Amino acid sequence: MNAVPNLMPALPEILMACGGMFLLMLGVFRRSEPTEMIGWLAIAVLATAIFIISAVPSNEKVTFNDLFLVNAFTNFVKIITLLGSSLTLILTMSWAKHERVSRFELPVLIVFATLGMMLMVSANGFIAAYVGLEMQSLSLYVLAAFHRGNMRATEAGVKYFVLGALASGLLLYGASLVYGFSGTTTFDGLEIALRQGVINVGVIVGMVFVVCGFAFKISAVPFHMWTPDVYEGVPTPVTAFFSVAPKIAALALLSRVLAGPFEPMMAQWQQVLLVISIASMLWGAFAAIVQTNIKRLLAYSSIGHVGYALVGLVVGTQEGARGLLFYMLIYLLMNVGTFACILSMRVKGRYVEDISNLSGIAKNNPAIALALAVLMFSMAGLPPLAGFFGKFYIFVAAVNADMVPLAVIGVLSSVVAAYYYLRIVKLMYFDEPAQIFDRPDFSTGLIMAVCSLLMLIYFVVPAPLIGGAETAAAALSLG
Amino acid sequence: MIGFLDSLPILTVVTFLPMVGALFIVFIRGDDAVVAQQARQVALLATAFTFLLSLVVWVNFDRTTADFQFRERIDWLPDYNIGYSMGVDGISVLFVMLSTLLMPICILASWEAITKMVREYMIAFLFLETMILGMFCALDMVLFYAFFEGVLIPMFIIIGVWGGERRVYSAFKFFLFTLTGSVLLLISMLSMYFIVGTTDIPSLMSADFSFQMQLWLWLGMFASFAVKVPMWPLHTWLPDAHVEAPTAGSVILAGVLLKMGAYGFLRFSIPMLPDASLYFTPLVWGLSVIAVIYTSLVALAQKDMKKLIAYSSVAHMGFVTVGIFAATQQAVEGALFQMLSHGLVSSALFLCVGVVYDQLHTRSMERYGGLANNMPKYAFTFMVFMLASVGLPGTSGFVGEFLVLTGVFKVSTGVALLTATGVILGATYMLHLYRRVIYGDLTKDDVKAMIDLRPREIAIFVPLILGVMWMGLYPAPVLGVMEVSVANLIANYQQAISEELINGSIRLTDDLVRLVLR
Repeated sequence: MNAVPNLMPALPEILMACGGMFLLMLGVFRRSEPTEMIGWLAIAVLATAIFIISAVPSNEKVTFNDLFLVNAFTNFVKIITLLGSSLTLILTMSWAKHERVSRFELPVLIVFATLGMMLMVSANGFIAAYVGLEMQSLSLYVLAAFHRGNMRATEAGVKYFVLGALASGLLLYGASLVYGFSGTTTFDGLEIALRQGVINVGVIVGMVFVVCGFAFKISAVPFHMWTPDVYEGVPTPVTAFFSVAPKIAALALLSRVLAGPFEPMMAQWQQVLLVISIASMLWGAFAAIVQTNIKRLLAYSSIGHVGYALVGLVVGTQEGARGLLFYMLIYLLMNVGTFACILSMRVKGRYVEDISNLSGIAKNNPAIALALAVLMFSMAGLPPLAGFFGKFYIFVAAVNADMVPLAVIGVLSSVVAAYYYLRIVKLMYFDEPAQIFDRPDFSTGLIMAVCSLLMLIYFVVPAPLIGGAETAAAALSLG
Repeated sequence: MIGFLDSLPILTVVTFLPMVGALFIVFIRGDDAVVAQQARQVALLATAFTFLLSLVVWVNFDRTTADFQFRERIDWLPDYNIGYSMGVDGISVLFVMLSTLLMPICILASWEAITKMVREYMIAFLFLETMILGMFCALDMVLFYAFFEGVLIPMFIIIGVWGGERRVYSAFKFFLFTLTGSVLLLISMLSMYFIVGTTDIPSLMSADFSFQMQLWLWLGMFASFAVKVPMWPLHTWLPDAHVEAPTAGSVILAGVLLKMGAYGFLRFSIPMLPDASLYFTPLVWGLSVIAVIYTSLVALAQKDMKKLIAYSSVAHMGFVTVGIFAATQQAVEGALFQMLSHGLVSSALFLCVGVVYDQLHTRSMERYGGLANNMPKYAFTFMVFMLASVGLPGTSGFVGEFLVLTGVFKVSTGVALLTATGVILGATYMLHLYRRVIYGDLTKDDVKAMIDLRPREIAIFVPLILGVMWMGLYPAPVLGVMEVSVANLIANYQQAISEELINGSIRLTDDLVRLVLR
């Protein structure tokens, strides 16, 4: 064991840590309004991290006493997490400009949160995982509450903090139980211990606690209660950020924990996840029907999407893992695009978020209406849009793993979900116009256009993206 | 010519040509009136060109083989061995022709009737045409499904934006009914893929599934196709959708979309799941006979013209499903012929309603009467299609119904007898409709002021009249195209059926009785 660990595998993380701290200093010591510059620099940091990850060959490497692991899976997840963070950061900046919020902490916190996510994804032991998770959570708590003049935002921040802390506690408690019964906290050690037959009630209870802790973080039913309130309360670009990056990271870590150390206990965790996944799909579909606030609606929609993604994990095969990764990628693009549309819902300079505001915008804002309609049809999983392929890979995996009833529940709940996505299309296209939205910013409009266009033309050449997910899933070595 | 054709992926070109037109429309700039006018012209040109190109397919189609022709294949989702695979046989080529013929007519019919959001309307129709054509040409199950469900998006928009008063309700009902069925079809398809390992339709036709498995797969598919056909009791979305849709929407719905379900039976259920198809034949017949008799009676009670025609569609499609599951050469050919005929006739009837609706903005029969006096051309046109719908010899309707009944009679006299009552009931409600609207005294002032068919409308109706008469008087060319494919379908079907089903030791009725007694 060397005195100085090999730093190369963690280069993107180190870069982000240094970059984040540098930006923080810059913000503190510069007199003039540095927010916008720091925002662009933060995006540059994230982009550099993406570049480094994609430039380095993705063979498996471990460092820091085997607590930090890099392979094709972690790289794939990191890239989509970073992509989500950068896109939402761009949205955040245009929002901050309109709302005249000049807080340089905003981009810095996003960088730190993203760093926490990357550490989570690469963690190769419970301690490293927890440190990463807390780093991202603490940044997110602050992000949730940073609009501190606003009552709802403060409430949402406190709620998120209390429930998030509870979830972290659950996770930690589960991890400590697992440690107590198996004698190790590293993933590799744990897998060996469990393979040698140390599967007893204590480990199972610990595993269930760990899964519950993660279920909180990815807002799966029945641990989803915080989601609608927090989504509604926090500023919209932050909601966009919450709805993609942390979820992807937590799902990735959950997959790694279940496919790695807990793989010998697949029969046990499958049952737990099966219930969580079905409940999320159904509740995400039914509860969204009555929502009138678009952010709340998207909260339930994201609960449903997590349910579908979990189906990929429940089936416990490599095919399922590929479906999950691909689903998260598509989900990321759909969600960011949708939030870009929501951030274009500005009437005379004020942001509105009631879905009735979308009434008849097809007449006055045809571009926004078209983009949002494409995204909604894609979320509903209708071919030939990309959302269909996301669900397709998931359900193929379920059927191939002989879980036809699960697939049937999945597709039927997607019909229910289609109803509320269609309701938005109906409002935009069928109803009479109520108001005209302001012209969206260039950057917001661009993100909206690119995301919806990708959904629209994905079917032309579907092979490359799924190929990336395939390599990543192979590194997970599941099934 | 042939050398050129070999190198050109003609089916892909035909399928995606409308999308190219739609792309053009997206980029039209100018004020609303200019955009609307140019959008109409581009849409008409695109659909007309598509029709002309599809004529090339028709002319070069080899009638002597049951194989799929004009085949194309590119890898699409290579890890799953799913390809972008296109091709037509004697069954699908007919539907391709029907769709490409009806589309320019739809565009012409919307020329003046649609005034708001014309650009979006034309894009929706062109997108719809691509989806429809792709669905009929697809030779890969997943590709088929993508097109099959993709049809829902433009149709939802068409009904919802340009429809009548209750358009929102109807659009949602249409969408959710069809989607629910479709997703079950998807599960069936994925299960077949899981068992056989391919989604290639020709390979699946020779695949062998266990009897138990076939039953489940068949039911999953049935959920989708029965909604689409639509079969009683899943037909309730149809009258709503028809009534509320704009005229061209009704035309395409009745003309082509209803055929997708029956096409699914012919392409998937019968050849891939022969045992289950035979096993469930009594169920299909039962539902179809109810559809024929019950919906005919319902049609008789309607006051709304579009609703009456919508219910008559359900009844006519009942003939089709009876014929398909009789699985004899005549019956299946009759069913196909009936579909084509219905595609022209019901489309034309909806267009006839559209002509008067555009002037008086009501679909109620009572509001009209005596149109024979001031609209002689209209009265004549309406009469041709009314008689074709009734099945008068010399029109296309007669050939279809007659063949179906002859074919079914050989298999089951009782079913043929009950189905035949539909012919009589059909005459009753259609004549009733015609008498109320066309005959009688011309008393109402606003009806007196109505004007007869204009040149654009005549241009719409002439090809339809010619088609209906041609198919009625000289059906041989059409039957010739389908003959070999149908014979092949039936031969494979008869050969694939297991012994137990033929000698009657497994029967749906016995199983149902056993289920009830237990």
